[in-house]
Order: sequence, then C-alpha cells, then structure tokens
Amino acid sequence: MSALLEVRNLQVRVEEREILHGLSLTVNKGEVHAIMGPNGSGKSTLSHVIAGKPGYEVTGGEILFKGEDLLEMDPDERAAKGVFLAFQYPVEIPGVATMTFLRTALNAQRKARGESEYSTPDFLKKVREVAASLNIPQEMLRRGVNVGFSGGEKKRNEVLQMALFEPSLCILDEMDSGLDIDALRIAADGVNALRSSERAMVVITHYQRLLNYIVPDFVHVMSKGRVVKSGGKELALELEESGYAQFEDQAA
Amino acid sequence: MNLALVKPTMDGAASDVFAVARDRLPGKGPVAEVRQAAFDDFAQKGLPHRRVEEWKYTDLRVLLREVAPLAPPPDQAALDHAKKALASLDVNGAHRLVLVDGAFAPQLSDTASEAGVTVQTLRAMLENADIAARADLLRTSVASDAMISLNAAMATDGVVIDVAENAALGKPIHIVHVSTQSKAAAFTRSLVKVANGAHVTLIESFVAADGAAGYQAHDSVVLWAGDGADVQHIRLVEDARDAANIATAIVTLGERTQYRAFNLTSGSAVCRYQAFLRFDGQNAHADVNGVSLLNDRQHADTTLVLDHAVPHCTSNEVFRAVVDDQAHSVFQGRINVHPDAQKTDARMMTRALLLSDEAEADNKPELEIFADDVQCGHGATTGALDDSLLFYLRARGLPEKEAQALLIQAFVGEAMESIADETLREVAIATAERWLAARG
Repeated sequence: MSALLEVRNLQVRVEEREILHGLSLTVNKGEVHAIMGPNGSGKSTLSHVIAGKPGYEVTGGEILFKGEDLLEMDPDERAAKGVFLAFQYPVEIPGVATMTFLRTALNAQRKARGESEYSTPDFLKKVREVAASLNIPQEMLRRGVNVGFSGGEKKRNEVLQMALFEPSLCILDEMDSGLDIDALRIAADGVNALRSSERAMVVITHYQRLLNYIVPDFVHVMSKGRVVKSGGKELALELEESGYAQFEDQAA
Repeated sequence: MNLALVKPTMDGAASDVFAVARDRLPGKGPVAEVRQAAFDDFAQKGLPHRRVEEWKYTDLRVLLREVAPLAPPPDQAALDHAKKALASLDVNGAHRLVLVDGAFAPQLSDTASEAGVTVQTLRAMLENADIAARADLLRTSVASDAMISLNAAMATDGVVIDVAENAALGKPIHIVHVSTQSKAAAFTRSLVKVANGAHVTLIESFVAADGAAGYQAHDSVVLWAGDGADVQHIRLVEDARDAANIATAIVTLGERTQYRAFNLTSGSAVCRYQAFLRFDGQNAHADVNGVSLLNDRQHADTTLVLDHAVPHCTSNEVFRAVVDDQAHSVFQGRINVHPDAQKTDARMMTRALLLSDEAEADNKPELEIFADDVQCGHGATTGALDDSLLFYLRARGLPEKEAQALLIQAFVGEAMESIADETLREVAIATAERWLAARG
C-alpha cells in the first residue's frame, strides 16, 4: 500500500535561490504530521509547492500523491484529487459572496472527479450544518470571501472549506498565526473533528502551542530547507525547551 | 480652442452622405433648415480626431474613416430578419419599441397604449406641420460636437416618449435598435420627457440581425427628468463585433430627481458613448455607472460630462473596464461644478483590468470646480488580475478560466450595483457572462 504523500529529495528554487535542498517526507492515511522550524527554514515553501503555487521552480526530486506525480498537475487538479492547503493568510475577495465561492469551488472539484454537481438545497443544507458546527453565522456566508473577517473568522472559513471539500490531505500553514487562544481553540476543534483514518494532515507551525490543540503523531523539524530531525509528539515539547538553535547548527 | 487645428474641409464622400440622403429625411421647412445648419457644422468640423480634446483617444478619422451611407428603409425581409434578433434579447415583460435600421417598426413593437405614457415617432412629429416647434426636436444646446450635429442632420426616426406626472409605469420602456444591413448607417434620435414625480425605467439595447456586419449605429437620446422623478436608465450595447456605435445622451435633472444610469458595452468594434448630464434642480442625485468588456481589437470610449449647475446635488460615477487582447478602453469623466453649486458632492472612480500585455486603458478625469464648499473626489486604477486571488481560487479547485471569470465578475459587479431592479441586474450579469464564456 503506497503512501498518501511521498516527497522525495525535493529541491526548490525561488528566483535563483534554492530554498529546499533535498527534502523528503512520507505521510500515510490517518496520520497527523507536524512540521516545525524557524522562520525561513522552508516550511511555507513546502506547503506552497505541494499546493501548486506559481513562482517556485522544482529543480530536483518528486512529489507523489496517491502514487501520482503531483508536480505535473495544475493547482485545481490537485484540489480535485484531494489536496487542501489552509492558507496562512487567506485572501479577501471582494465582490465574490462566500456562498457563491463555496458552491463554485465544490462543484468544480466534483465535476473534475466526474461526480454530479450538488443541487442547491443539498448544498445549502450541508454548508449550514458545517457552518453551525464551527460557529460561523449565516450572515458571514453572504459577505464577500473573507472581506471584513477577523483573523479568527478567516481561519474558521478555511476549516469550513476543509470540512466541505472533504480532502484526503490537509496542509495547515501556520494556522495559529494571528489567533488568540479562544479563536485557536475553535479552529483546532474544527480540525480535530476532521481527523479520520482516511485523511492525513500536515500541520506547519512555528510554535508548539498549536500542537497542544492538534496533537500530532509525528513531528519533523526543518532547518535551512531540510528535515533535520523527526520524532513523536514529544519532540515538539523538547523544541519548546531548547529552541531551534541546535538544529540550525546541525543543518549548516 | 481647437479651431486652428481642425481641418476646415470635409472630403467629398461625407458631404455626399447628406446630399444623397436629404430627400429621404423627414421634415420640411424649418426642420430641413435645422438639418442643413447641423450638417454644415459637421462638415466644417469633420469627423472628430485626436487633436480635438474631447476625442483625443478616439480618433474617428482613423477608427471610422467615413460615415457610411444611410441604410435603406427596412423592407419585409429586413423586418423578418430583425424579428429573429429580438428573440435573443434577455429583457422580458418590457414595453418594447423597436427601431430597425433607423426606422420605427410598429410590427415589432408594443403599440398598445399604456396608462401614463404616450409614444410617438420622431418621423411623424418632424413631418407634422401643425407642430410649430417641430424643428426643436433636432436641436441641442449642450455641446458643440461634430457627432451630435451629424446625428441632428441625419436622424431618420426615433421615439418621442412622454411620461405623465406622477405616473409609476408598471413595466420598463425598452428601446431596441436592430441593424440588419451591412456597411450602412442608421441615425436615430429619441426624446424622453419624464414629468414631475414619475417613476420610469428606460432600457436601450443595440443588437445586430444575424449576418449584419460593418454597419454604423448613430444615436442620440435627450432625456428630461422632472422634479421628484425617479429614472433608471440602462444601456446594453451588443452590436456586431465589426460595427460602430456612436451614441450621445443628453440628460437634464430636476429638483430631488433620482437618476440611476448603467451602460454596458460588450459589442462593436468602435464604440463611443458620450453622456452630458446637467443638474438643473437642487437635491437631485445621479449614479452614472458603466462597464466595458472588450477583447480582440475593440475600442470603446465612455465620456461623461456632469454639470453641477445648482447647489446640493450629489453624483457618483463608477466605471469598470475589462480589456483583453489588443482592445482599448477609454474613460473620460468631466465634472463641472458651477460657481453657485455649493454643497455639491461628486465622486468618480474608474478602474481598468488589463488581461493582456497589449491591452490598453486610458482614464482621463477632469474636475473643474468654481464653488468653494463642495466635495469632489476621483480615483483611477489600472492593473492585472491579482495572482494571489487567482491562486487561492485555483487551490480550491477552480480551473484557470473559471477563476478568472469569477474575479472579473466581481470586478465589474460593483458598477452593476446601480441597477436597482434585480431582474435587470441579472440581465446585465448574463451579458457579462456571455462575454466571459466567449473568451473560452
């Protein structure tokens, strides 16, 4: 049985500067992996490359998703296959109502998979259920995507999409940035509700704090474009004590 | 001003257009005199070109080259042809008035009388010697403009609409221009008088019958909105892709009048819409919005001139252009605040979205303010689609074209908010969607 996500010796450049120097990572169904590391270690680059953001040049290595070459796919194909990136800074899209966006996106994914589009009543029912569980008021769904949302609301909107699209791989990029403890708890509860044996998560974070709420199975420490140490959830606590300095020396 | 630079002579072809058409143009005596004077003015000015400031970006000597000969009056075949084009219109349930190749077509129009509104044809009024002031139907004092003069000289027909005091019309009035003849010109002129307190929605559509190509639609609309009137004015220009549409609106607003205009251009190769709006009574408000959706080598020019002639009026202009391929969008917005027009609040915002490296957008705001207690603001931006928004949408499963389409719709959406009627807003949205779908 092949891994859900297999990153092999990935090398990535941005404008002539190599950011990832041969990164490898294997994620199986049902697992939650945390990727920790200091600023500039390449954590967000990894999430962007997996999601297919333009502007990154892959100069070596490969990424297999469900055994298929992910790097050959457009971002929308990846989404339809089950890759979901929860953005560190979700963008505001004035003029596109959240409801319209959600329906357009969900139906685009279903269409790409050869599934029938949701009928309006079915769709509305599903969104209402999920929104209620995340404490997202209906009024928010009528506004432009993320327009006027607080930091916490934006992150909850990401979790809402995750719940709606039912991806098999969720990448959470610095989900805790800009959130107070209450907002973090609501978002994390939403994520935990989505943990399942059929779904994997990669939680990217600078701080150990988030991992109190989303408890990982594995922790990887990144430094200077590589994974320098992997371990269980106790590794995160160890990092909280000693900081990243030791690993920066290792990677150098 | 520009006189020294204007070529004083017209080439023979343009003069011929009038000479050849003269006998076919309705109205004798004073009407013919006004036509002749108007044509003389046009002949003296010639087609506007880049050295005429108001036409700086739309040089008709290059883009139009010449005035096409007058289209023949529609025969049965042309009417049948036009009828098919009407079937594709999105606007339903309106009081429809159809002009085919510059002639009113009663066979295709709703002629049943409706309470509160009277409709006559321009042709009949110009030919009616009992109407002493019939020549005034062709006169305008608002601006010295070659194309307004040409329209007055050549106008063959149009509708003259009177809306009675305090009338609240149950359905919109829809003036539909259909062109069936290739390489011919139609000249139409309509006058709309909305009496005090009346509520009216006026829609104008410009469409081509299947196969009509390279034609010119020249139109003028003169609209008076009385005190306390509420007028919604929507224009949808979906002419053939190689046609020209040169149109003028002259709008006068009374006291406490609400005027909401929306102009959508997605058709024609060369399009100029110039609107001259004058506040004549206090406490009136105007929303003058527009959207141009352009690709290939289309050229569309929206020129708005607002005259705040009296105090306490407010205006808001929102214009959006989406420009692809080698298309060219022009927006000129002039706001004149007269010395007495204190407490004027005039705002203008124009934004262009360029979808290709060769697309071009020119924005020219002009504010001339002679009163000291006013608020006037204008802004202009030009840019491409935001890559971070595009990526967000694609990461959520939207293919590139769909992601672009959603962002383009959002971009033009704000300008469509001036369409109060939801059904009509959907008509405008559907037009935009057709344009987006045609992008492939």
